[in-house]
Amino acid sequence: MCLGIPGKIVSIAATGLAEVDFSGVHREVSLMLCPEVEVGDYVLVHVGFAIQRLDHQEALETLKLFDEFLEGSDESS
Amino acid sequence: MNPHKRHDEGKLASLLIKEITALADHPVRLMEVCGTHTIAIFRSGIKSLLADSIELISGPGCPVCVTPTGEMDRAISLSQRPEVILTTFGDLMRVPGSSSSFQQERTTGSAIRVILSPLDAVQIAQENPDKTVVFFAVGFETTSPAIAAAVQEARRRGLANFHLLSSQRLVPPALKALLSSRKAAIDGFILPGHVSVIIGRLPYLFVADEFGIPGVITGFEPLDILEGIYMLMRQKKEGRAAIEIQYSRAVKEEGNERARAVMEEVFVPADACWRGLGTIPESGLMLREEFAALDAARVFDLPYVEAGEPAGCLCSEVLQGLRRPPDCPLFGKRCTPVDPIGACMVSTEGSCAAYYKYGGVA
Amino acid sequence: MSHDLVQELFIPFFANDLLNCLDDSAVIPPQAQRIAFTTDAYVVKPLFFPGGDIGRLAICGTVNDLAMAGARPIGLSASFILEEGLSLEDLKRVVVSMKQAAQEAGIQVVAGDTKVVEHGAAQGLYITTSGLGIIPEGVAIGGARAEPGDAIIVSGPLGDHEIAVLMARGEFSLQGGIESDCAPLNGLVEAMVAASQTIHCLRDPTRGGMATVLWEIANASRVGVMVEEEKIPIRAEVKAVCDLLGFDPYYLANEGRLIAFVPEGEAKMVLRAMQTHPLGREATVIGRVVAEHPGKVLLKTPIGGHRLLEPLSGEQFPRIC
Repeated sequence: MCLGIPGKIVSIAATGLAEVDFSGVHREVSLMLCPEVEVGDYVLVHVGFAIQRLDHQEALETLKLFDEFLEGSDESS
Repeated sequence: MNPHKRHDEGKLASLLIKEITALADHPVRLMEVCGTHTIAIFRSGIKSLLADSIELISGPGCPVCVTPTGEMDRAISLSQRPEVILTTFGDLMRVPGSSSSFQQERTTGSAIRVILSPLDAVQIAQENPDKTVVFFAVGFETTSPAIAAAVQEARRRGLANFHLLSSQRLVPPALKALLSSRKAAIDGFILPGHVSVIIGRLPYLFVADEFGIPGVITGFEPLDILEGIYMLMRQKKEGRAAIEIQYSRAVKEEGNERARAVMEEVFVPADACWRGLGTIPESGLMLREEFAALDAARVFDLPYVEAGEPAGCLCSEVLQGLRRPPDCPLFGKRCTPVDPIGACMVSTEGSCAAYYKYGGVA
Repeated sequence: MSHDLVQELFIPFFANDLLNCLDDSAVIPPQAQRIAFTTDAYVVKPLFFPGGDIGRLAICGTVNDLAMAGARPIGLSASFILEEGLSLEDLKRVVVSMKQAAQEAGIQVVAGDTKVVEHGAAQGLYITTSGLGIIPEGVAIGGARAEPGDAIIVSGPLGDHEIAVLMARGEFSLQGGIESDCAPLNGLVEAMVAASQTIHCLRDPTRGGMATVLWEIANASRVGVMVEEEKIPIRAEVKAVCDLLGFDPYYLANEGRLIAFVPEGEAKMVLRAMQTHPLGREATVIGRVVAEHPGKVLLKTPIGGHRLLEPLSGEQFPRIC
């Protein structure tokens, strides 16, 4: 369920609140549910909370799989 | 915003559609559990590209659809009290109760504030010490940890005027209820990506293991959804039934354990009523005993009257994939998007609402 | 208080022969051509936002209504309902902004009125306006005139105004640099009409946004409309706010943008004329009118599918799901 938007952590305050950048729009996000993230990480934000760190490696894997998919079809067509 | 967006989205999409179409040689019914998926599928134009043999059914994972009239009425009556500021997510503003809605109440002076985060409700309570602030908490496992964190924050700040009226629901019990009737005609589940960020993959195993139906935990970008549908069709083709993760950049096998821990510190499962599905055991959340002072349901005298669906409403069967919207005697007559009666028509993109709008456009 | 306000504030800023008479009515000389007449009310909150304010909005909104009929604006009236306690500083700021906007549009405020209401009754300030314009000979622009084959052109990125106002309200703790697009479009329209005498429709997508305008014209003209998502210009920050709030950008209000329906053969010339004008630099073709599915607006999505764009019904509320 629900809208989860990826954003980049710009800064983290001692209060456990982070400033997150979404394509130039900034919002304060709570890290209460995701305390182990760092500045520069991409996080998934839902109702003002980071709910997961986005796994860059996994994302690249998915993109790679897509590339292979495309190559496979190019070869067969 | 998508940091991993591809520039060749169109090309990839065409390819995935081609592969899906090749696998769609017989009628298949896929349920997207989540309301956000229903809207994403609509916005991406996927429905217009899928073969006719693939039917997409909107499932019960939509708070707008499944919050019963009785619970809306209870929250609305609270909002009418002059000392109360009722806070809610915007999704609920237009959901009809028996005779009114939050939107309507606001025009006659009730203090109803739309919030984007549960922490906003805590802040409002802090800024209005002479008012009783009630947060009408609706949502699934994606949202419950955040709601729990806000409850903890309210307690930390010692806010005696902050209350929660919980109308939260859990997805796996609803799926279980849907499938347990043994009548359901669903061939595969597009599982909710963001609920799964919290709960992980394991709570869905029974869908495949007990009922032999495949499920794929899917993201919300157009390519995610297409890939998810492709993975489901592949499983069907190969005669497999497993729970797979398409949305691997956000969903881990074990989910978010910290978020679940916070949720469990504040809430316990409780029976809950779902519009269209009836009462499902342990499918909702209520505040633990130690938070009783914050529980609006316990603190205020709020009689609960379940209105029940009018005779003829087929939402329950539509939700299980057994009937289609036009089969319902109320469809398009007493029940329309402008004047909705059942759960499937209340959401602008619910099965019935979507059927109503798209008939007539190729 | 009224007379003082008129003397000290309005006359100096809006000084012109007609207003300076201080008669009960402005008397306008006889006109040979058709007259366009419009009226509007402005209740925006907050009064001031990045890129504009209620005063600028009032001038531009009225001018634009006239311009969309192909009319050259000749005079405006502005009526102010002031809440007791509104600071003179704020009022002055609004009036200065109105003068600035009026100068940009080349228009005069020829009649005015002020009323003061008790504290709590007007949320600071409300402004109502009326506007008169002259439609040049040969110009025939209207919502029922769209024809299959027409190119649909938008003058710039959509959604800036509504998002700027929303963020200025501070309800959702979003920070960013988005400014309202509020601007008078009569100069742009003049340039377009100079390039082509056969523009069919002009609309500014205010409340209800692009989707509502397209739907209205599709229905008034009994034609189908097909637009492409990838061609519709929307700033990245506006899109980000829409993602965060669950808004559909095609329903956002704009106050300095227009949508034009132009016959196929004239589109290139009109587009070039727009792109040469400061308010049309980012003008672009977003779709066309078709004979199929009359009354319906289809949006082609980036993955090659399509969806229906319906008119806005009610407010968009932020959603979490």
